[in-house]
Amino acid sequence: MLFEGVDFTVNPGGALVLEGPNGSGKSSLLRLLAGLLEPAGGNISGGGARAYLGHDAALKPRLPLGNDLAYWARLDDGLDRLPAAMAAMNVAGLAAVPCQHLSAGQRRRAGLARVVASGAPLWLLDEPTAGLDAASEQLLVAAAAQHRADGGMIVAAVHGDIGLMAPQLLRLGQ
Amino acid sequence: MMFVMLVGRDLRLIARSPALWMPVMFFVLVAALFPFAVGPDARLLGRIAPGIIWVAALLAALLPVETLFAPDLEDGTIDQLASRGIAMEVVAAARLTAHWLGFTVPLLLALPVAAVLVGMDGATGWRLAQALLLGTPALAALAVIAAALTAGLRGGGALAGLIILPLALPVLIFGVGAATPGALKLLAASSLVAVAIAPFAAAAALRGE
Repeated sequence: MLFEGVDFTVNPGGALVLEGPNGSGKSSLLRLLAGLLEPAGGNISGGGARAYLGHDAALKPRLPLGNDLAYWARLDDGLDRLPAAMAAMNVAGLAAVPCQHLSAGQRRRAGLARVVASGAPLWLLDEPTAGLDAASEQLLVAAAAQHRADGGMIVAAVHGDIGLMAPQLLRLGQ
Repeated sequence: MMFVMLVGRDLRLIARSPALWMPVMFFVLVAALFPFAVGPDARLLGRIAPGIIWVAALLAALLPVETLFAPDLEDGTIDQLASRGIAMEVVAAARLTAHWLGFTVPLLLALPVAAVLVGMDGATGWRLAQALLLGTPALAALAVIAAALTAGLRGGGALAGLIILPLALPVLIFGVGAATPGALKLLAASSLVAVAIAPFAAAAALRGE
């Protein structure tokens, strides 16, 4: 059993930060919320559409970034939101670059742009700041604040503070 | 609509990868090798020609197996699709459609070349084209099942071959016997069964990862 007795609610506009040492189940809890794993017991309710940012960027090496993100945006029915999302994550200038030439930080920003463009009320972010420089972290903080101001919810697994305003805290692995 | 988008994406990725022309090159090369291996006896070659083409087609269908699901599992694409609530059955069915289109169309285009190489006459070639059209969905379906089962395993491609080849026997038998009355119907039936089962089998395998 990875963890048990975990109980929380995230309200519209709220944010929940998952903390804990490596292997304590932060990523697994996010995957549960994303519907990628089935809980051994208990239940998860509500949320509606969710946008999941995992460790892997899910970008195809040969496709230009703009092309790749547009595919996901079409799946999310949010092609009109994509340009603003790419600008918000400062990847608009990389639209023509094949994904194999992107750096780790750029891939992370691209993954975040996909989350922003999804329009999903619930963001599930697994270490969203991994590989990001200070300026990019600020972009994430701004995007997260805007999302919550619009009534969105965020659950993020983090190491250290990522600058979310007044988040709830859940420590795993105690 | 979503299905069309998934298929379109898969086809676009196939078009940008070696998966488009590799199987066809392989197909033509295998067909070109046989006359050298069997000798220049035109009557013997003519008799075994459909068999040669079918084995070549089967091997060509196997080639891209490692690229069907393994990269998507590794880079998180499957997670992204699943977190959007898209059923794995739909993903697998789209992959099956794209894989079939991606290797059958080039294969049929290359068939006249291969037919000349093994000394096949026009009528036999035409019948073979029909048989290939009816039988290749089954080969694609088997490839999709095996790809899903072996994705994430080391040496998955070789294992996939071991899984597919015995299951492909009925297709091979009905395909080579296309001249026999009823063989094409049995071939179509094999394809129907394989295509109907494949999305569910592949989805179960992907979810088990």
